[in-house]
Amino acid sequence: MATEEFDGLDANGSLARKRLYGRIFVGVCFLSTLVGVVALALLLADVIYESWGWLSWEFLTYPPSRFAENYLPGGRGAGIYPALVGSIFLIVLTAVFTVFLGVGAAIYLEEYAADNRLTRFIEANIANLAGVPSIVYGLLGLAIFVRAAGLGSSLLAGSLTLTLLILPIVIVAAQEAIRAVPDSQRRAAYGVGATKWEVTRDVVLPSALPGIMTGTILSLSRAIGETAPILMVGAATSMFRPPYSLTGPFSAMPMQIFDWARLPQAEFQHVAAAGSVVLLTVLLLMNATAIAIRNRYDTR
Amino acid sequence: MSYEDTTDDSLVDQRPTAGLETATTNSGTGRTIIEAEDVNVWYGETQALHDISMEIPEQQVTALIGPSGCGKSTFLRCINRMNDLIDTARVEGAVRLRGKNVYDDDVDPVALRRKVGMVFQKPNPFPKSVYDNVAYGLNIQGYDGDIDARVEEALRSAALWDEVKDQLDESGLELSGGQQQRLCIARAIAPDPEVVLMDEPASALDPVATSKIEDLIDDLARDYTVVIVTHNMQQAARISDKTAVFLTGGELVEFGDTATVFANPESDRVEDYITGKFG
Repeated sequence: MATEEFDGLDANGSLARKRLYGRIFVGVCFLSTLVGVVALALLLADVIYESWGWLSWEFLTYPPSRFAENYLPGGRGAGIYPALVGSIFLIVLTAVFTVFLGVGAAIYLEEYAADNRLTRFIEANIANLAGVPSIVYGLLGLAIFVRAAGLGSSLLAGSLTLTLLILPIVIVAAQEAIRAVPDSQRRAAYGVGATKWEVTRDVVLPSALPGIMTGTILSLSRAIGETAPILMVGAATSMFRPPYSLTGPFSAMPMQIFDWARLPQAEFQHVAAAGSVVLLTVLLLMNATAIAIRNRYDTR
Repeated sequence: MSYEDTTDDSLVDQRPTAGLETATTNSGTGRTIIEAEDVNVWYGETQALHDISMEIPEQQVTALIGPSGCGKSTFLRCINRMNDLIDTARVEGAVRLRGKNVYDDDVDPVALRRKVGMVFQKPNPFPKSVYDNVAYGLNIQGYDGDIDARVEEALRSAALWDEVKDQLDESGLELSGGQQQRLCIARAIAPDPEVVLMDEPASALDPVATSKIEDLIDDLARDYTVVIVTHNMQQAARISDKTAVFLTGGELVEFGDTATVFANPESDRVEDYITGKFG
């Protein structure tokens, strides 16, 4: 009885079929992945191609103009400077508002609110608010901040409107980050005589902070690209200087790009593409920061 | 059959001797520090503890043993009011610390927990440095003495100083499981509490680390009153002076000197339990 071969271990009929199904399934999943990646790559390639030669230092430092190009000292030529700075101001203000309101609401809901019907109702509705179209928030901002609060079409009104838009997402992200802090950590602090406030300050927030920041930055990078809300609030398209006051007028990159894109002259399509590249660059930088924060704290 | 199973007869025979050995080392003061009277606990509609009354002696090790779900951890959490953190939990009866009922209206559970420290089942150091872990209790309690000295003292008492004195600034999470648990013990004793509660402190550790923790508990009882929950009966026999046996349903069936409880239990149910017929 040396080596008599035992058959029945080969892939017979039904097993071979199952394996084929498995391979088809993997193939479909891979194609799904590919569609997204390829679409993004094509989009980026197209925008960069369109903007080639139009993206320059002058473009970044000049105000918009009726003329697409011709950057002379003190002269004309379409630049994105006021809109770029406007967008940055807008996003910084929005960040300040959303971090305070979003983290505050999330701490209250996770750490303090009783688990009752009212809390669950509020939580369900915050999740619903995250799905409300941005144009609706624009109308809301127009009604409340621009008109009722008398802020006019100002930087403050714009950032408050964007705050409303992303606040639900930030609250949900912060809630998830807070929920991920293990209870054993809270108990450890209670065990040595910490008050609820000390537990929240010393244990919950430090552990949840990377998650909160990641969620907030990703939400902000959504806000910086939003056109509809700031359009409704009345962002300017021909600002020749950056915003100079919280209650003064402002422009923002999506608004400026939108304005260029609807001009009849063909050159402005290139200008709009150059604007898109700047906007995408800022956006990708923000996302990269978020990922860097997440990776840095994940390895701990 | 679980790992702490004790159906082996030889273990049964050895147990009382092991218990006797340690029972003599912690003489204590002979005073009662914690007195529980008719403690009942409910989680929602379910009653977890029935009329528990017990007197825990000062500067000795009291072990709470019993099968899973017998309420021994619940009782432990009554002593420093950690059950307050569970929304559905309701406690009736009295738990007196040096004569003061900790459930009186004028008792602040935070102040209580500064007197009654706690070590948990799984090591749970903060993601902070070794030093900051130990100093945390001192800092929040506004300790105005020499924090460095207290940290060192606590780490020495927890038999950890020699191993970590060169890495006080490194994260507590870098330590091994057994070291982490000793760090948690150092954190619990740094503010110099009266009582240290331990909820199965060695159940997540390997045998070597476990034996270090057991030695440590023995030493701690010189300065502190230790109440330890364990479902490892040999451990209870080795380290405790008094043993309380809880059985399923949340009743305290037997309480007395460890040697007596293990050698001549009054209750047949306890005898069955400690000889491994169930649990």
